[in-house]
Amino acid sequence: MINEAIIKIKNINRTYIDDKDNMVEALQDINLSINRGEFVSIIGSSGCGKTTLLRLIAGLDVPESGILTLDDQEITAPNPQRGYVIQQGGLFPWLTVEQNIATGLKARHVYRQNKELVAHYIDLIGLNGFEKAYPHQISGGMAQRVAIARALINKPKALLLDEPMGALDSFTRADIQDKLLELRKENDATMILVTHDVDEAIYLSDRIVIMTPRPGKISEIIPIKLSHPRDRGSSVFLAIRGEILEKLHLASAQPQVEYTI
Amino acid sequence: MSIIKTLTVPSLQKQGRNDKKNITINKFILLTAFSIAGFAVAILANIFVRQVADVKITKYAFGSTIISINDAYRIVVGLIILLYLGISMYSFFNEDRRIKFVKRAPFRFAIGSALALWDILGTKLLILPQPFFPGPARIIESFLMEGDYIWDNTLYSLRLFAVGFILGVVFGVGTGILIGWFPKVHYWVYPILKITGVIPAVAWMPFAYTLLPNPFSAASFLIVICAWFSIASLTAQGIQSTPRAQFEVARTLGAKTPFLVFHVAIPHALPQIFSGIANANGFAFTTLVMAEMLGQPGGLGYYINASKVWSAYYKVFAAIVVMAVLFSLIMEGIGLIQRHVLRWQKGLVKSSDQ
Repeated sequence: MINEAIIKIKNINRTYIDDKDNMVEALQDINLSINRGEFVSIIGSSGCGKTTLLRLIAGLDVPESGILTLDDQEITAPNPQRGYVIQQGGLFPWLTVEQNIATGLKARHVYRQNKELVAHYIDLIGLNGFEKAYPHQISGGMAQRVAIARALINKPKALLLDEPMGALDSFTRADIQDKLLELRKENDATMILVTHDVDEAIYLSDRIVIMTPRPGKISEIIPIKLSHPRDRGSSVFLAIRGEILEKLHLASAQPQVEYTI
Repeated sequence: MSIIKTLTVPSLQKQGRNDKKNITINKFILLTAFSIAGFAVAILANIFVRQVADVKITKYAFGSTIISINDAYRIVVGLIILLYLGISMYSFFNEDRRIKFVKRAPFRFAIGSALALWDILGTKLLILPQPFFPGPARIIESFLMEGDYIWDNTLYSLRLFAVGFILGVVFGVGTGILIGWFPKVHYWVYPILKITGVIPAVAWMPFAYTLLPNPFSAASFLIVICAWFSIASLTAQGIQSTPRAQFEVARTLGAKTPFLVFHVAIPHALPQIFSGIANANGFAFTTLVMAEMLGQPGGLGYYINASKVWSAYYKVFAAIVVMAVLFSLIMEGIGLIQRHVLRWQKGLVKSSDQ
């Protein structure tokens, strides 16, 4: 059960045409399988296709070739089985905290039967007392918790996180990171996180996928075998950090024709 | 290590009010007196300034009571005083309301004084050019003379406005959503909307009065098209400007197309729909009055036209006063609905802070 693959990504290619009419290979020959309950981070410099890959898994985009599956079912469109959280949360400003969290239930027409879930998830993210607040009345960190709860209320098999902590200060960030680990334990969800924060990736992940740009490729997958809670200051942590930074540095130091003078 | 703020969300009414200084009871009473002083001056001027010019002060009998137009004027001003005293008493026990009431005191004083001046120049001395600028008492005379007739015309206008404007809002929002959502509809309908939108609705009047079965439906049609354009184009813009991320997030939450339209795109467009409605409101008043002046069997516009023919300018002013009150009430009503529907914007947008 432990190492059963839930998401399989096979030979994915995705190209798009940028504003200057150039063909950009966003993803080239991506192969990856993610196990049930695993926390995987995808890290890499900007333009390496990590967000494109996450959007493919979410079903918001389709590959040119290759196949993505969740529990052996091909991913072709967005589905509440794959929760998706973006950087600015994408909360609906006209809905209160509890209405935002209830969106998934309402969209799937199961709100009546599951009303009590909303209070449960508000409790889980610790936003009691803010049920009736509108998104602009709460802090960025709280808004991200709401976005996460909103995705989790659908009981997704996988939670896809596209730099959800990117716009937050480091204290709030650390707080949400701990919350994510806690939620993962309680919900048994597989989590895939796109980030460019190396510390964050090491702190949270079971495996870190390093991607390189032009064309977007997986350059290396690094397993992190530390037990939780992880100490950001420990020598092992710092050693892994050094290793990953070196790899990222090497990855981005490859000759790039566009930038040679 | 929770860093959730322990304070609760500030109550919505309090936001943006903190910068104002509080006000003592004494000062409040003084400013209430100041508020009504101008109107008191107006009454006193009416009573004590001698009638110099030769103006006929007509008396009207209501059952056994006989009142002159001057009496009626004093009663109206007296009612205004009572109204402000009432509001003052209502505001007395609440800090926010007190501040709000007091803010307008100098303005009220100015209005009262202006009434007194107008009464002296327009009725007592008759210095203002006649018959174009009658005194305030003469304007009130219109209501004494034919109050029920003015009321009938007001109802006619109101009915015309209600039918035309409600249909205009329904069609406008409907087509706006279709244009905003379906690229095909945008391609075919939007250019027509853009071209017809710049034409003042009254330009269609000859066709409307000829082709439609009766004047009422013709005028309603004119109001519908003048409201339709502004509401439809702003609704379409609102729908089209919905951030893609909001649709995507909704889809990953399990939303299908109807949910995306009714729970994402339309709520996002609502602020713009309401600015469309507010614009349309102004156009609709203009169209209404013009349509009534040019071929309706009733309505305030008709009343103005009919009175003008007899040089009864005091009646024209009476109709203008009714319009001011009626249209302000309609605007206020729409504003109330807007503030309720868009209550989530409170504190988010600058304009809603007032």
